[in-house]
Amino acid sequence: MSTNQKITLAKGLNMGLRKAMEDDDKVLLMGEDVGKLGGVFRITDGLQKDFGEDRVIDSPLAESGIVGTAVGMALRGYRPVIEIQFDGFVYPAYDQIVCQVAKYTYRSQGKVKMPIVIRIPFGGGIGAVEHHSESPEAQFAHTPGLKVVACSNPVDGYWMIQQAIAHDDPVIFLEPKRQYHADKAELDETATPEPLFTSRVVRAGTDATVLAYGPTVKTALKAAEAAATEGRHLEVIDLRTLSPLDMGPVLESVRRTGRCVVTHEAHVNLGMGAELAARITEHCFYSLEAPVLRVGAFDMPYPPSRIEEEYLPDLDRVLDAVDRTFAY
Amino acid sequence: MSEHESFGPDLAEVFGPSQSDGGPDLVQLLTPEGERVHHPEFDHDFSAEELRGLYRDMVLTRRIDVEATALQRHGELGIWAQLLGQEAAQIGAGRALRPQDYVFPTYREHGVAYCKGVDPLRLLGLFRGVDQGGWDPNENNFGLYTIVIGAQTLHATGYAMGMQRDGVVGTGDPDRDSAVIAHFGDGASSQGDVNEAFIFAASYNAPVVFFCQNNQWAISEPIERQTRIPLYQRALGFGFPGIRVDGNDVLATYAVTKAALQRAREGNGPSFVEAYTYRMGAHTTTDDPTRYRLNDELEHWKLKDPIERLKVYLRRNGLVDQEFFDDLDAEAKELGHHLREGCKALPDPKPLDQFGYVFSEMTDEIAAQRDEFAAYLASFEGSH
Repeated sequence: MSTNQKITLAKGLNMGLRKAMEDDDKVLLMGEDVGKLGGVFRITDGLQKDFGEDRVIDSPLAESGIVGTAVGMALRGYRPVIEIQFDGFVYPAYDQIVCQVAKYTYRSQGKVKMPIVIRIPFGGGIGAVEHHSESPEAQFAHTPGLKVVACSNPVDGYWMIQQAIAHDDPVIFLEPKRQYHADKAELDETATPEPLFTSRVVRAGTDATVLAYGPTVKTALKAAEAAATEGRHLEVIDLRTLSPLDMGPVLESVRRTGRCVVTHEAHVNLGMGAELAARITEHCFYSLEAPVLRVGAFDMPYPPSRIEEEYLPDLDRVLDAVDRTFAY
Repeated sequence: MSEHESFGPDLAEVFGPSQSDGGPDLVQLLTPEGERVHHPEFDHDFSAEELRGLYRDMVLTRRIDVEATALQRHGELGIWAQLLGQEAAQIGAGRALRPQDYVFPTYREHGVAYCKGVDPLRLLGLFRGVDQGGWDPNENNFGLYTIVIGAQTLHATGYAMGMQRDGVVGTGDPDRDSAVIAHFGDGASSQGDVNEAFIFAASYNAPVVFFCQNNQWAISEPIERQTRIPLYQRALGFGFPGIRVDGNDVLATYAVTKAALQRAREGNGPSFVEAYTYRMGAHTTTDDPTRYRLNDELEHWKLKDPIERLKVYLRRNGLVDQEFFDDLDAEAKELGHHLREGCKALPDPKPLDQFGYVFSEMTDEIAAQRDEFAAYLASFEGSH
């Protein structure tokens, strides 16, 4: 069969969903427009045609309803995979996610499992109107009972979605929407995937550590490339999992480099960067040459798209932060 | 009410006064005076044994409620959500269920839980603070209590959609055909989730019965604050039938719920049952109903007591003797004893065990926090 093909992130996710549905007939897809249209980003393209309307369910336009009915489906033994159309539309479902999805296992003292995957296309950079470019990850990572992961590339998209679906706990699955159709990568379907809930060094370096996830991984890699031309070797870690955090590779790296910059598209205040900085400070205090610096969005609502490039952390702002860590 | 006068019907005209008899569409099989009446659509031929059974269930359910209320007053429970006055609504609905039907309750369904075979003692854990639902929902097909108002109506709908996919709806086999019932109150009818559940259920023709106990009060907010039309009429707007039943009439509640469940099991989709009743106690043991409602209203509803009217009927028709009442009294006392002694003996949860329930499997992160906390606790050993 198909091996070693070049695919986009959208294709990787589509193939991963298809594989998960083939492997387990309890897997269902639910969401607005996921059926005939194949989703607004076409991630579920062709799946309803092949698996039928009972397994790829076009939902009424009601996010709380989508998540709440998925809870019932999960209680009945199904493994629902929900698509929230855009990040900013997850808020109407927030109560069901944090009060029901996240707490059912705890409330039942482990008697009930909640194997639900909530897919959220997240982040900006696509020129959208408001509510279509948000980064709500910290809200979910702050909620006990939820696991939160973010893929950044086509190969991870393919494997991580399958692993999330097979996992018995609820997973908030963040997909960097501006990467969906951006770059291609080679997928070997026979390879052994990285385990879910692990972070990974995606570029080795010695001088400073840059932590990123989702859309900012690409930004961080570009920054590392640019820094290398000036003789600075940045190590880039793709966190991949935001809750639980896989701190092993992070701490090991920072102990070696002594410097760390965290970058994400979400607001800096109380964001993932704050948590990472706190943990690194607690565990690497004597190795640090400079405080952990954060490069993220300003603490204001997502701006009109004509100025979003000024708002989003870019290569220059990451490099500027790297410069500042060396100034200590 | 004056601000509404220029818009549509007068509220009093729609609802009647708050001591209303439920209006002309109220399905009733047993009057408050204990007289058997008949209904063209929802009649049922009750055997003497069935009638005695329903009476027994209501008496025991009231005993559960009275004992738990007393336990709260004695400081054994942090809080209790009383059902006093709603026994008929719950027993009628609960006894209409088959074993394969699944219940999604709010936090007041003590009578339904009892019908589903959940040990009443298990209900106390949540209110005592030793657990958040001490029963396995899949053992009795009785879901965990849900505190967030109306959230469970969506779970019920999703579960019903799962039943459809499992092929246990409309097969014609009574042991196989299944339905879901979602319980909620009049206050919940204002919630978005309840309305979304109606839309999903209607859209997918899900086998779910929405069972609203309209007990007239959402804590201190009267039904007039939730709706301008009788609640059961809302169902029509969502595309499925709505029925108002006398919630203090266990025979009518049973017959109507049975019909609604059967309709769902046969694959004919959702329906809405409004059990028109009255919460004679407080919302929970923390509030004081005398601050927001008139005593006259309570006195009026006492005359409609669901237990008294069936008792009158049973006596008048010679269906019970003194021995029946003596036996039931003894059984109720035994149940009370079980709850009193059992409640005090409910073990507190072990702090370190709680770490293990966050996820289906312990994560390294939480294991580290547990171990750190265990070491911290251990550091006190032998210090005094």
